[in-house]
Amino acid sequence: MAARIALAVLFAAASVLPPGGLSAQDGDNLGEVTYVRWCAGCHGVDGTGNGTAAEYMLPRPRDFTQALYQIRTTASGELPTDEDILAIIDRGMPGTTMPGWENLLSNDEREALVEYLKSFSRFFTPDQVPQPLEFSSATRSNADVLAEGERLFREVADCAACHGDGGRGDGESSPTLLDDGDFPIRAADLTENWLFNGGGEVEDIYRRLLTGLDGTPMPSLADVITAGVLTDDQLWAIAHYARSLSPDDPPGITEVVRGVLFEDVPLPSSVDDEAWDDVEGAYLPLVGQIIVMPRWFDPRVDGVWAQAAHDGESVAVRVSWSDPNNSPDPEWADWKSLVISLMQPKEGDPQDEGPTPDQLVVQFPMQMPEGMERPFFLKGDTRRPVYLWQWQSDRDGALEGEARGVGTEAFQSEGQNLTVDASYADGEWQIMFTRPLVTEDEGDLDFVTGEAIPVAFFAWDGDNGESGTRGAVSSWYFLFLEDATPATVYVYPVLAMMLTAGLGFLVVGSARKRERASVKIESETENS
Amino acid sequence: MSDRFELRGGVVLTLMLLVMVGCGGGDGGGGGGDAGTGMATESPVDAATAGNIAGSVVFEGDAPSMDDIDMSSEATCAAKHSSTPMVQEVVVNDNGTLANVFVYVKEGLESLQFPTPGPVLLDQDGCTYLPHILGVMVGQDITIRNSDGLLHNINASPDINRGFNSSQPVNMETTRSFGAAEVMVPLRCDVHGWMNAYVGVLDHPYHSVSNSNGAFSLSTLPPGDYVIEAWHERYGAQTQNVNVTTGQTAEVTFTFSPSMARNAAVPLGTPIDLHAIVEAS
Repeated sequence: MAARIALAVLFAAASVLPPGGLSAQDGDNLGEVTYVRWCAGCHGVDGTGNGTAAEYMLPRPRDFTQALYQIRTTASGELPTDEDILAIIDRGMPGTTMPGWENLLSNDEREALVEYLKSFSRFFTPDQVPQPLEFSSATRSNADVLAEGERLFREVADCAACHGDGGRGDGESSPTLLDDGDFPIRAADLTENWLFNGGGEVEDIYRRLLTGLDGTPMPSLADVITAGVLTDDQLWAIAHYARSLSPDDPPGITEVVRGVLFEDVPLPSSVDDEAWDDVEGAYLPLVGQIIVMPRWFDPRVDGVWAQAAHDGESVAVRVSWSDPNNSPDPEWADWKSLVISLMQPKEGDPQDEGPTPDQLVVQFPMQMPEGMERPFFLKGDTRRPVYLWQWQSDRDGALEGEARGVGTEAFQSEGQNLTVDASYADGEWQIMFTRPLVTEDEGDLDFVTGEAIPVAFFAWDGDNGESGTRGAVSSWYFLFLEDATPATVYVYPVLAMMLTAGLGFLVVGSARKRERASVKIESETENS
Repeated sequence: MSDRFELRGGVVLTLMLLVMVGCGGGDGGGGGGDAGTGMATESPVDAATAGNIAGSVVFEGDAPSMDDIDMSSEATCAAKHSSTPMVQEVVVNDNGTLANVFVYVKEGLESLQFPTPGPVLLDQDGCTYLPHILGVMVGQDITIRNSDGLLHNINASPDINRGFNSSQPVNMETTRSFGAAEVMVPLRCDVHGWMNAYVGVLDHPYHSVSNSNGAFSLSTLPPGDYVIEAWHERYGAQTQNVNVTTGQTAEVTFTFSPSMARNAAVPLGTPIDLHAIVEAS
């Protein structure tokens, strides 16, 4: 996510800076100057959301003329408060290209921006003072509350209609969702609360339930409370349940997928083997491929969870990610052509070539690199080829392959040393690859233990118009297969203890001997 | 009311139009009628000197075929329809007229103030908005009802008014109104992508919707010159000048044809050609 936002910022900044530059020193028009410099590239000089970069973005930048703001403390249809607008500027809209500006602009600049944004819409008038709703305090959560929340989520409020039973944005209505500009919009993946617009904590979710997200298909449930269909406590129960779908803490930044050693226990035999529950996963962010044409600015997969295990003979890697469809799914055909028609014109290839599958590629260097130099992260280069594992949703099995740059991928038609097990349920793909650590094939990387093996991930959602260079990519991460614990680890401490004890006895024993000898001498002397 | 909107055993289209006839009469004539009876002291219209406008909307050319709506995902709704429901964007009647055209007084009533009529019903039944086209006055309550007992959301996206997006997960009612005149306010249900409706909001009660015979009427208008507009969601809007005289009914015919599709109201947010803007600036 951080990488994605960083890209967005760079992108926005690069396309926004006006040729002559503008001075932000002029206090009278600070809002306008700040806006033109930092916001207009996406939101447009006229505030209609049609800046020069807008065509590369889904969701599109906000059109300020309608004064529709998703994240508010006011009722659906009401104008946001100044504090609401400032909060969006400060925090950004995670999961979109809108970054947070709290640490990038001064207080004066951000406050001036609020006034300037309001000036785009005739809805803001001096006598209009938007009134925030009064929100109740969070109830306590427990197993009963979560169970009640789940029931309401699925059966009463029917959040699952769009968000899906597992909350991954795969509900029945999700393929047809449009925003206020008739652009396709995704139902939020509720298992990634760190990407929620407006915050991912239970209080934030409760507020979104009450206010709705204006300009999106997400409605307000305020009328549902007013009509007595749900109580306020029940709304909190839904919020607690939605919160519980994400991890307690957002995944930390990690570079390493740790391959756990399964010693004397068999490796997981299938993708849903319970043994995977005990293997810690690493969350690895992915971003759109924007280096090689045609580029892709709307990747569906924003990250994968990777787990690994080995038993000294074979390595197993399980990769899991949210995807609202098992492509190609006819229900998503319209979504796909809409996304392609919106995102492709600038990339020279507006074609929808028909059904495309979901895909996953795991990339390793073909040989363990010496030193720090790794192959180019996008499919390697001529000097440093890469070794690939490839899976796709419309074909059984997985393929091994190699590449020396984008477009040179070649996959073996036979003699695979790789096996795969795939499952799709409730908007989540889980793919398990298994391969012997060492093979006889020339082009296969031999996996070593105790060393950091470069690994990268590529994912495509076919029904989001993704194939070829249009997909999500990661940078290099590392796979670290734990060493077998050598026997010496157990032997040396025992030896050391025995030696210590033995030496101790020797010292004590000889000391006593000497003592007895001296006593004897003394007594003999006395006697004499 | 649920009996009235019970769709089992009836063709949706027929019932839709029945509802519209009811609403049309109640709206156009009824608006003026109410003014002439219960709220006489507030009405600016003298029924004794008033006249009427009546007419029909003719459709010339081949009626476009409308897609079937696949309601298989909502068994409750599908069961309420005896035949396959169809998209309601263009409804050409058997007699060659066009239904669902919003006809209203666009100019000629500016100097008059009208009392706000009572609430009007917008039902969601069989995963369909009933009616598909609704006329209301500024400030008039719209009772939005969910008769399906499953999740609908009412997402209003006006330009002049403020929009709203309200969830109705069960059988329930929500009341809303619009504060400014606007033709038209689009409504849609995001849960069921095929569900949409339009609300025409006016400063006066003179509006009507062409029915299953293509007919519309605007009753009890003060004598004078008017601009009448006919609005259709695909074929756009057209106007005619009409003179109303006491005790008479002025006849008006609007004609729509498939070639007018390009005149249609542009859906919100149609992508704008940025190259053109850059070149122009």
